[in-house]
Amino acid sequence: MPAPRHLLAIQGLSPPEITALLDLAEAYALLNRSGKTQRDLLRGRTLINLFFEDSTRTRTSFELAGKRLGADVINMSVSTSSVNKGETLIDTAVTLNAMNCDLLVVRHNQSGAPALLARKVDAAVINAGDGTHEHPTQALLDALTIRRHRGTLEGLVVAICGDIAHSRVARSNIYLLTTLGARVRLVGPPTLMPAAISELGVEIFHEMPLGLKDADIVMMLRLQRERMAAGLVPSAREFRHFYGLDAQTLGFAKPDALVMHPGPMNRGVEIDSAVADDPARSLIAEQVEMGVAVRMAVLDTLARRSTRNV
Amino acid sequence: MSDLFIAGAHLLDPPALDGSGGLLVRDGRIAARGPGLAAPDGVPVLEADGAVLCPGLVDMRVSLGEPGFEYRETIASAAAAAAAGGITTLAALPDSRPAIDDPALVRLLRARGEETGSLTILPYGAVTKRCEGREMAELGLLREAGASAFSDGGHAIADSRLMRLALAYARVFGGRIVQHPEDPALAAGGCATEGELATRMGLPGIPAAAEAILIARDIRLARLTGGAVHFAHISTAESAALIRRAKAEGVDVTCDTAPPYFDLNEHAIADWRTFAKLSPPLRPESDRQAIAAALADGTIDAVASDHLPLDPDDKRLTFAQASPGGTGLATLLAVTLAQVHGGALPLARAIHLLTRAPARLLGSPAGTLDEGAPADLCLFAPDRGWQVQSGKLPGKAQNTPFDGRALEGRVLGTWKAGRRVFG
Repeated sequence: MPAPRHLLAIQGLSPPEITALLDLAEAYALLNRSGKTQRDLLRGRTLINLFFEDSTRTRTSFELAGKRLGADVINMSVSTSSVNKGETLIDTAVTLNAMNCDLLVVRHNQSGAPALLARKVDAAVINAGDGTHEHPTQALLDALTIRRHRGTLEGLVVAICGDIAHSRVARSNIYLLTTLGARVRLVGPPTLMPAAISELGVEIFHEMPLGLKDADIVMMLRLQRERMAAGLVPSAREFRHFYGLDAQTLGFAKPDALVMHPGPMNRGVEIDSAVADDPARSLIAEQVEMGVAVRMAVLDTLARRSTRNV
Repeated sequence: MSDLFIAGAHLLDPPALDGSGGLLVRDGRIAARGPGLAAPDGVPVLEADGAVLCPGLVDMRVSLGEPGFEYRETIASAAAAAAAGGITTLAALPDSRPAIDDPALVRLLRARGEETGSLTILPYGAVTKRCEGREMAELGLLREAGASAFSDGGHAIADSRLMRLALAYARVFGGRIVQHPEDPALAAGGCATEGELATRMGLPGIPAAAEAILIARDIRLARLTGGAVHFAHISTAESAALIRRAKAEGVDVTCDTAPPYFDLNEHAIADWRTFAKLSPPLRPESDRQAIAAALADGTIDAVASDHLPLDPDDKRLTFAQASPGGTGLATLLAVTLAQVHGGALPLARAIHLLTRAPARLLGSPAGTLDEGAPADLCLFAPDRGWQVQSGKLPGKAQNTPFDGRALEGRVLGTWKAGRRVFG
C-alpha cells in the first residue's frame, strides 16, 4: 500500500509510521535547539494555513515549521468572512487548488472537514484539528514529549482528564498512545465521556484519585465555558473541586508523574497554576517546542511523498 | 383504448393470488385475472414470460419537493421516478412549504397527482399547524378534503398532551396519527447513532433510546385514548420489541420501516458519506437484523421508501452540516427484494408489505388485483440484476444511500388505470 498523501488522522496509522514521524521530529527538535535548521528543504513550496477556527498557537506553530524549512507560508483565516457569504468548503477547496499550493493545513470546527477537502485538492492536507474528531499533530507532539522524558511509551500509564467528549486531542492521543503500547485511562464526569469510549481500549474513571493512581503522565484537557452553559457540568467551581488538577490531586499519581496540557489553559478550572508552572513536573512549555519539531517532520514527510512537481 | 391482456405472468396479490396466469384490462380496470385465462379477440397481448405481475406499489411515506422545494424535485419528476420504481400510489408527507395544514392544499395535492396521469397522491394532513408541534390542525376538515392520515412529517410530535389530544380527536374522523418517533431533545444536534462509530468519527450521537422513548410513550397514549398510532421508519430492535408487545396486548398500533434500515447499517457513513446520513440515523448491524426479522414476523406492517429528495448542495458539506435524507422511489422494490433473495422474507410477504398492507393503513382501495379495481400494475423480473448509480436514477433527485449497490429485481412495466406509464 502506498504511503498516504495526507495526514488526516492518527486512527489507521501503524506503529512504524508513527515511530518514523517521531524519530524525524526528534531530529528536528535537536536541530531547532542548535539553530542549524536546514532552511531550503521546502524552498519553492507553498504552505497554506487554512483556519476556519481561531487558533493562534497551532497556526503559529505550523507557520514557524514551514518557514524553518524554507516554504512560502500563507495564512488564511476564513472563520467568518467567506462562510458568511455562503461560500462552501468545496468552493474554498477549488479556489485553493487553483492556486497550486503544496501543503494545506486545515483547522475546522466540523468533524471530517479536512477529509472532505482532501478529496477535492491536489495538495497534501494536514488536519490541524477537526471538530471533535482528531488533532493528529497534537498527539504526535505529546508522544514525542513523553518519549523524550521516559524513553518509551510502552507500558506507561497515561491519564487523560476532563472533557473527553468534546476533545479531538483526547481521541488522537487514545489512538496513538494505545498503538504504541501505553495504557490509557480517561478520567472525567459521565456527562463528558463519549458513548462507547471503552471500546477504544481504554479504562474509564470518574474520580481523580482512582484514575490518577500510579499514573506516569497526567494529561489535562481544556474545559470550554460552553459546557457549563449546556448543563454538562453544573459549575466551574464544582468541576474544579472534583476534576481539577492541583498539587494535592497530583499526589495520587506516581511521585515523578509529569503534567501535560494541550493549551490554552483555563487556569483555576481544570488546572492550578502551582502545577502548570512547576518546572519539575510540567511539560507544557516543552509541548509547544515539540509542536514545531513534529510539524516540521510532518511537512517534510508529506512534501517528499507529494506527486506535485516543483 | 386502454384494453390489454398480460399473458404468462406470475400473478401475485397475496393472499388471494400467487401463481401463473393472465390478466385482462378493460377500460382501465381489471376485468379478469387468473390461471387458464385466454386473451379475448382484438385485445393487444403482452407476453410476460413468467415475470411477476403485482398491484402497483403503494408507498406510504414520501417527501415531495413540491410545494416549496421545487429545486430538489417537482411532482412531475417524482412521478417519473415512482413509475420507474413500479409505484402508482404514494402518500405525501405534509411538512412541505407551505405545510399541508389546510383543506385546500390537500385538494391541490390530490389534483396535482391526477395531472401526472401516472400517480395517485394521497396527502397526509398535518397534525399541527405548520407542522410546528404547537396547535392542532383542522384534522376534521383535512380528513373531509381527502387526507388519508395525519402526520407532521419528519417532525416528531414531542408534546405529550398534544399527542394525547390528537390521538383522541382523530378517532372521530378516522385516519391514523403517524409519528416520527424520535425524542427531539435527546436527538438535538445529533447526526449518527450514538456509539463507537460516532465517537470515533467525532460526530454528535443520537441514542437509540430517543426512538424507544417516544414509541413507549405513544403506545401508552394510544391505550389511554383508544386512538390509532402508526410509527414511521422504525429502526431499532427495541422499537420492534415494544410494538410487538403492544400489538399482542391489543393496542391499535402499526408501523413501517424503510429499506435503509433493513439493508444498510451505520458503517455506510464511514468515510463521511453524506448520502448515508438519514433520519433516523443508520443503526448498528444488530438493529438491522432485528428490523429484517420484524419484517418477516409481521411486527412491521408495511415497507415505505421514506423518499426525501435533496439538491447536491444539501449533501456536499461536512457530515454534520449535510441535510439528512435519501431518495428511495426507484430502489424501493429491488432493495426489499434483496431480503427475499437472501431468504429472510417470502416473496408474497414482501409484495404484501409494498401493496395491500400500506393501502389498508391509508384507507385506500389501491394495492390489489381484485376484479373491478383500477388497473394499477407493476410487472417486474425478480432476478434481473442492475446497479444503483447516483446520477443515473430516474427523476431529478439523486441522493440515494444505495449508491453503488448491486441489486436484483427490475421493473419491466408500470400501468396506471390501464395506461402504460413506464417500460
